[in-house]
Amino acid sequence: MATLTLPVEQQKPPVEQEALITGAEAIAVACKLANVDVVTAYPIRPYDTVMQYMSQLVADGELDCEFIVAESENSQFEIVKQASTCGARTFCGSSGIGWMYAMEVLTVAPALRVPLVALVGNRALDDPGAFGVEHNDALAVRDLGWLLTWVDSGQEALDTALIAYRVAEDRRIFVPLAISCDGAFLTHSQSLVKVPSAEQVKKFLPKYDRGDLLLHPDNVISVAPQANEDWVMEIRRQNYKVTEKAVDVIREVYADFERIFGRKYGNPFFEEFMTEDADVVLFGMGTLSIPVKVAIRKLREQGKKIGFVRLRWFRPFAGKEIAKALERFSAIGVIDRDLSLGSPDLSGVVATELRSAMYTNASTRPPVLGFICGLGGREVTLPDVEKMAESVFQAAAGKAQPLTQWIGLRG
Amino acid sequence: MGQLFAVEIIYRGVFQKTLAKNITRGIVLAAHYEGKPGISFGRYGDSPERNGIPAKSFAIVASDDLTLQLGMAHYEPTQVDVTVVLDDTLCKGIESWAWAGLHAVNQGVKPDGTLIVASLQEPEELLQMIHRREKPYKLGIVKAIASFSGMWIYKDDHTDVRILGAIAKAFPELMSIESVEKYINTKLKSSLKATSARTAYERFGAIEIEPGRGNAEEPFQFELLKWEEMREGATIKGQPQGGPYTDPVTGKLGGFRPARNDKFRKATTRTTRPVVNFETCTKCTLCWLNCPDGTFDVTPDGTYDANLETCCGCGICEAVCPVENCITMVNEAEFHDNNSQWLSYKKDKEGYLQWLKTTIHPIEQRSYGFRYRGQYAEQVPAALEIAKKG
Repeated sequence: MATLTLPVEQQKPPVEQEALITGAEAIAVACKLANVDVVTAYPIRPYDTVMQYMSQLVADGELDCEFIVAESENSQFEIVKQASTCGARTFCGSSGIGWMYAMEVLTVAPALRVPLVALVGNRALDDPGAFGVEHNDALAVRDLGWLLTWVDSGQEALDTALIAYRVAEDRRIFVPLAISCDGAFLTHSQSLVKVPSAEQVKKFLPKYDRGDLLLHPDNVISVAPQANEDWVMEIRRQNYKVTEKAVDVIREVYADFERIFGRKYGNPFFEEFMTEDADVVLFGMGTLSIPVKVAIRKLREQGKKIGFVRLRWFRPFAGKEIAKALERFSAIGVIDRDLSLGSPDLSGVVATELRSAMYTNASTRPPVLGFICGLGGREVTLPDVEKMAESVFQAAAGKAQPLTQWIGLRG
Repeated sequence: MGQLFAVEIIYRGVFQKTLAKNITRGIVLAAHYEGKPGISFGRYGDSPERNGIPAKSFAIVASDDLTLQLGMAHYEPTQVDVTVVLDDTLCKGIESWAWAGLHAVNQGVKPDGTLIVASLQEPEELLQMIHRREKPYKLGIVKAIASFSGMWIYKDDHTDVRILGAIAKAFPELMSIESVEKYINTKLKSSLKATSARTAYERFGAIEIEPGRGNAEEPFQFELLKWEEMREGATIKGQPQGGPYTDPVTGKLGGFRPARNDKFRKATTRTTRPVVNFETCTKCTLCWLNCPDGTFDVTPDGTYDANLETCCGCGICEAVCPVENCITMVNEAEFHDNNSQWLSYKKDKEGYLQWLKTTIHPIEQRSYGFRYRGQYAEQVPAALEIAKKG
């Protein structure tokens, strides 16, 4: 038997290409690499960047998929829900009130165990009509069984989209997953992104296999019958099991990502910045990481021991790990680009979640201050970050601080 | 703790929903004249807006508020002093979509409690349908056809107050007939209805049913799955395709019987059933095509046999059948089993055809209420006559 010898060229490790693309476009590129089958679209800013780029990929013959422009977001998500049930790898997304208009479908999708991958181009919820970033759109599904992740760069957007398909389509998971990209700051700004090769992606991302849940004439099933109180609690428990497993699955997938693509993300659930010797930390999600990191470097020059922890995965909220990582600091300041009106201490969503995680998992009880900042797309400025840092240092020194403060507000 | 009283009304959605509600409201308001607090409610998990589905309403009454709260701590009482069945075809048992399996109508009646059935049949006939049980109970009949009273345009035939009168007789600790009359005169403002209640009260009597008497069939039950045993994604496995079956006479394999989900039973929704004349069937397939529940088996002869574990009694097959009297809808109370008609026909053709001729086709009242517009209104005088005679 003859030995198969590959040509020298094919033995070389696959080479990554570099592209100057926006965060939304990076996700479109990931979808192309993932060879998605069905894409649905309905225009709303800032999500529509991805839809424009994908339609171009289809028109240029680079992506072979069903590209369906629906008549509304509700239908847009309904179509991918059905397609996913039939075994198609899907992509869709929306922003702000568009996402909310799909809420009926967003609500039912987790119980149906469809691994949708969606982009939320974070946008303030009308009224008033506004394009700028707030996180309340994606956070609206936080209790419904979706997995939710926030990214802060084009590279991370691309990588996380590939990771998203792998996580969502894991048989232990099979629930929808939304990747949040801050409107404007990430969806619309171009940066240099390394695009992995198709071979690498093939190694990382197996085919979507729906198994016994596939809706197909050869596998006759009824999906989503009307059920009464004899059944609903058991179905909810099955979704609960997914959230129990999700942390482990995500950790596995990141390890595999690192092995195949060579890019390291460290702890999948949060990124630590200058925390090694820090007394206090700021904590937040999304692109506010950039001004925060710059401000922290400046503060470090002044000898102030402050660090930053950026949360990547909001659902699952890796409460144990996060609390263990944060319990060593003497004060924590959470920056929320969202509101949770009427919540305990009138803080934002992330501050409230973190306090809850710390209460049950941390061995210490550092003060957790909440900051409402950067709403409606307002910039989180360097002086804003310095102001927040100052308050956190005061809290660490034992000087009482308000539990929630509005930063960057006129008046 | 004071005294707690519970009454359960078993009825058919949607036709008897208002009637059932009027009765449970009447109980609570009448008992309240005696200083007792109470509540009235329909079982929330039921589907009472759907045609023919068995459903329940309840009246819970107590001697004081704290005891009432004790009764309210269970949403649905499992033990009742009185169960009322508003349609005697329900005596075969009830499969609300809210329960797993078939519930006997006497299941919740306390050992000294009473089962009241609105029916024109005698206790002996009803006991062929009502399941036997280990503890005794009392059975009483209020002579009446299945009433639609209270529903939209339908005329009031006094079934509501006649049942109230019967309950007052069966269970005077709950409320006296005087309280029932006071309720009717004050709230319903009808002395004629008060008279109907009093007449029903005076005539009502219940007989003792000893343990072991009644329908010997074991009510169908199944275990609910644990969460880890259930399929994921809110999915239900489809049934296999089914296939041919054996002709009992020739022994040949033929026809087609679809496989059916044995857990999804709902035959007690049926108030009438199709009876097929296999001699006149032209094998046109229309019944088979149009049945919304896939009820018909294709027999090895090529005719169509209604599977009576599946049939909901909607009557579409009779409506689409082009041959006169080939499919005939017949009141469910005429039957005491769900056996295959085709098998009986094959085993004894002459006997079957004779049965059709003498028993089935002479029945004029083949269904009630919804055959043509105004039919029920026409039945009201007859119903009132029955009420008068008792």
